[in-house]
This record gives sequence, C-alpha cells and structure tokens, in this order.
Amino acid sequence: MAVPLVFAGVGEAISERAGVLNVGLEGMMLMGAFGAFAAAISVDSIWLGLLVGGLVGTATSLLMVGLCIRLNANQIVIGIAITLGAEGVTALLHSANYSDTYPRLPKAGVLDIPLLSKIPVLGEGLFSHHPSAYLAVLAVVAAWWVFKSTGIGLNIKAAGDQPHALAAAGGNPRSTRTMAVMTTGFLAGVGGAHIALIGAGLFVPAVTHGAGFIAIVLAMLARGRFGWIVTGAILIGISLSLTTAFQLVGVDVPIDAVQMLPFIMILVVLSAFGRDSYLPAALAVPYDPESR
Amino acid sequence: MTDVATPLGDEGFGSVDEHSKGLSQHAKGRMNSVLMAVLPVFAAVACGGILLALLGRDPVSFYSNVVDHGLLGSLGRQESLIRMAPLLLIAAGLMVAFPAGIWNLGTDGQFVVAGVVVAALGPELAPNVNGLVLFTVLFVVGFAVGAAWAVIPAVMKAWFGMNEIITTLMTIFLGVSFSSLLVKEFFDDPSTTVPQTKVLAVEDRLPRMFGSRVHIGLVVGLVAVLIVHYMMTRTAFGLRLRIVGMNPAAAEHAGMNMRSLTLSIFLLSSGFAGLAAAVEIAGVDGMVRAEWQAAFGFAVVPLVFLARFHGPSVVLFVAAFSSFSIGGESASRKADLPNYFVLVMVALMLIFLAISEFLQARSKNVVKDE
Repeated sequence: MAVPLVFAGVGEAISERAGVLNVGLEGMMLMGAFGAFAAAISVDSIWLGLLVGGLVGTATSLLMVGLCIRLNANQIVIGIAITLGAEGVTALLHSANYSDTYPRLPKAGVLDIPLLSKIPVLGEGLFSHHPSAYLAVLAVVAAWWVFKSTGIGLNIKAAGDQPHALAAAGGNPRSTRTMAVMTTGFLAGVGGAHIALIGAGLFVPAVTHGAGFIAIVLAMLARGRFGWIVTGAILIGISLSLTTAFQLVGVDVPIDAVQMLPFIMILVVLSAFGRDSYLPAALAVPYDPESR
Repeated sequence: MTDVATPLGDEGFGSVDEHSKGLSQHAKGRMNSVLMAVLPVFAAVACGGILLALLGRDPVSFYSNVVDHGLLGSLGRQESLIRMAPLLLIAAGLMVAFPAGIWNLGTDGQFVVAGVVVAALGPELAPNVNGLVLFTVLFVVGFAVGAAWAVIPAVMKAWFGMNEIITTLMTIFLGVSFSSLLVKEFFDDPSTTVPQTKVLAVEDRLPRMFGSRVHIGLVVGLVAVLIVHYMMTRTAFGLRLRIVGMNPAAAEHAGMNMRSLTLSIFLLSSGFAGLAAAVEIAGVDGMVRAEWQAAFGFAVVPLVFLARFHGPSVVLFVAAFSSFSIGGESASRKADLPNYFVLVMVALMLIFLAISEFLQARSKNVVKDE
C-alpha cells in the first residue's frame, strides 16, 4: 500500500510546487490502473503494464493541462471532474470488457534482497517487494535531486511561487506547469497501475480506494520535502496492514480505530508543528500572462 | 499565504458592473448566463451519447429511458424528489463556504458521522416523544454533530492558516472509520447479523406529502437553499463572506474579524451537511450500516459550481441531477451497464462549463478592446 502512495504523493508534490493543485490525482491513478490492467492482461507483462499505466496517467493529465493551464479553469473543479469521470469511464470500460470473465493476474513475484530481507520484523516489510517498489525510491531520489540541484527544479518552484517573475526572467510558466502536471500524471498512473497489478492483481471499479486523496494529503503535508512523503506513506501503509495482522493473530482491536490512527497522528503533528506551514504562493492560481 | 484561489472570479451573483448597464444589456446578460448553463449540458449529453454508442448501446433509447423513469414515471419522479432533499442541504452548506473561499471538501465525513449519531438516537427517542419534538431534536443534533466534525479543520484554518483542503479531506477518512467504529462498538443492534444501528420504525419517519412517498425533507432542503441564497445576496453577513472570498487581505484591512468569520462559515457549512444526513436517516434509510460511505458531497460540489452559487439555479441543477441519476440507474440496468454513467456525465458537464466560461471571458475581452 505504501508504494503507490509514494508514487502518487511524489507526483502530486511536483504539481503543487509548480502551482497546480491536482485534485484529479485519484482519477489519474484509476485511469492508469485500468490501462495497466488491460495491457498486462493482453501481453502478460507487469513491467509493460506499469509503463502503459504511466502513459495513460499522462494522457489523463493532458485534460488538466488543457483546461487549467491553457484555459485557466478552476483547478479544484476540473480535478473533481477528472476523478468522477475516470471513476465512471473505467467502470464502464471494465464492464464492457471484463464483466463476463473477471480475469485475474498471476501473483506478482517479490524480490528478496539477500541478507537484508532476513532482518527480523523490519526485513520483510522493507526489503521484500516486487522490484518496481524500488522504482518508487528512485522516483523520490530523482525528484529530490531535481529540486535541489537543477535549473528545472528552480523553474518549477518559480512557477509555483512567482509565475510572473519567472516569465519576466525569460522562463515560461505555462510550459513549466505543463511539464510538471504531465510528470504528475505519469507517476499517478504508475501508482494506480501498481495497485491494480501488484496490490490487487485485478481491476474492479474504484480499485484505488481513495489512495489518490491520501496522496494529496501526504504531498500537502510534506510541502516539498520528499522524505516526509515516504515516511507518511510507510506510516499509513503500516497501519493498514496492521489491521490484517491483528486479525490474523486474533487480537481484538477495532479495525476502524487502527485505520484512524495515521490521520490522527497527522493532525497532531500538524497542530504541533504546522503553524508556519508553507505552500507555494500561487498554488491553484491560474497563470494569465495578460493579468498584471 | 496559504489561501488558494477564490472560487468566485468576478462572475458569480451577476457581476457588479451589471447594474451600470442598460436594461436591454441586462436582459442580454441574463440570456447569456442561461445559455452558459445550458450549453455544457447539451454538449455533455452529446458526448455521453457517443460514449454509449462506442459501448454498443443505443444512445436514444438510453436517454429516453432516463427521461421516462427519472422524470415522467410517477414512481421515479418521487424517488428523484426524495433524492433531492439531502443534496439540496449539502448544496446550501457549500453555497456558504465556496463564495467565501473556504474549500470545505469534507461534507461526506460530516454527513456520515452526523448520520450515525442521528440513527442511533432516533429509535431511542421515538417511543417517548411526539413527532415534532423527535424531528426537531434529530435535526438539531444532526446539524450540531456535522458542525462539530469540522471544528478541527476550522480552528486550524482560522488560527494557524492551515490549508482546509488537506484537513477536510482527512476528516472524510476519519469520519468514515469513526462512524463505522461507532456502529460496531456502541450502537450495534444485537438482533441483526450485520453490524447496523437499530431501525427507526417506518411510522416514526418524516411525514410524507400529498399522499406520495416524498417526505418533508424536500421542503427543508428547498427552504435552506433559498435562505442561504437570500443571506448571501441580500444581507450584510453574506456581503462580508463574499468579500472574504474575493479578497481576504482587503477584508482584514476593513476590520473584519477573520477568525470568527472563518469559524462561522465552517460551522454553518458543515452543519448543513449534518442536517442533510439527519433528513436522509429520518426520511429514507431509518438506520446506518457499518462501512457506510455516502458519496453525495463530491456529486454536489460540481453542481454548486455549475449553478454559480445562485440559489434557484442550484435547485434546478440538483433537480436535474437527481432525476438523471434515478433515471440513469434504471436505464443502466436496462442497458446492462454498471451504474457509473452519471459520473461521466457530471464530469463532461464540468469540462464543457470550463470551456464555455473561457470562451465567454475571451469574447468579453474582445469587446473591451474594440
């Protein structure tokens, strides 16, 4: 559960730094999940499925690019539209193609990292995953590096904080934001694909189950610090798997209480440290070259 | 600065400069805005038809089934009217929050928690008090619980400037789990096998009107939307909220107490979501099951935008959405499709609304340049 959250959370963080609040994340994940599932079923390859998921996610994000960045439409409204539409379209396509057979994918194999995966308690959780999980780590490191030491990262931050200043300095806020949103779409698509292909092994309507919204929360909380996204994702992943663990051991802790824990923790952390919270100044503000 | 863009551009409620125009201009503007609301709907119906054809279904017979059941058939029409009640109340809450620039996206959480408390309280109270007292108590409790569920996001926004989109989204996840916990651990009816609250007896539910199955929750919803519309357009409080939405810095400069305004917007807005739940429980469901997830909120958000926060238009859009979703449910069953087509339609309408808004803004600029 943590892996797709990392993919989508990093993606959302990139959009947000560029000044685009992407509420359509859940929709992009769903579209990615369906595209990936269809691809993986027909060619029997998880890797190709993940790639197709990313591409379908990117294609979905073009809707946001066209409407919110080019036509300056309200980002929250379009984000909700993308999420609702994706939920509907994927459910319809699923019923049109798979409702008679309900195909499943074979269980994805895991890659045990020698020695490390044998560490008691932590080993299995951290070092025994489908190899694509390590791509998520790679995505985090790459995003961190881009923001820390490249001009692209600087451009993205400028597009989110002072788009007009970026334009005055010779940059192009619209194309910077476009690039950022398309990257988000790709990562969200891969995240959704991961849920369908590796987590569930099948596609059902709304298979992402609100993961996109949790990823939005994570990204906003992390405020650009990518390490925080990973920590938060692992925290939520652990508490979700705790519920099954408790059930297996037969400990009678109400599942619902366990599921509330990560959010309560987040709220406590927020009220203790979040007072000087920072979000990009031009977040969710369309960039219009003619205003100002 | 953690404020996101205000949902109201310079458009909603009829732009300010409308008053300085001549009468014919005014009428033309009215025509334009009607056209603006209707065009996206037609475009969406056309696109939806293409999608249906791609899926191998006959669009014409699908749409005629929608109209037959959702609007013309007496049973379906009653169902549509019943569906309207909670949607109208949630919409009333959003009509307070969005123009003020407060993004209360957590109505689904406020709805379920209030719903569970109302469902638990109803059957306990019902044998001891008469109908009027029962419904008053349930409505007040629903409103209060809904409002209480937004206190944390409200305080975090008002005092620490914490972005309410994150916090209200979190309160949905919290609310769904919390209400499930309440049902299973505290309010479970031991006589049933699935975890659920006791059932409010049918004769104790909201009274029905005109010999139909439509309960008076519909009237509550209509009145709420119209009162909120009046409040936002005709009272000083509403004006204040709109100023806060358009320019928070200016509002603060003008000496408005931002903290208490933010707090009251939040409590009012989420209170309406709680009231919506009370109406739905006391009018239709009578009980709540564990794992109950109402997803009314995300359907209403776009409707309120399509109507541009204008009360009577909100009623129209909610009515259209209700009969489309009731009719769509039946048409989907007949066409052997899952009941998701309505979502696609709402999404299409929002997208076309965005495009038509862009086109209108551009044509205005052209006029200015001449």
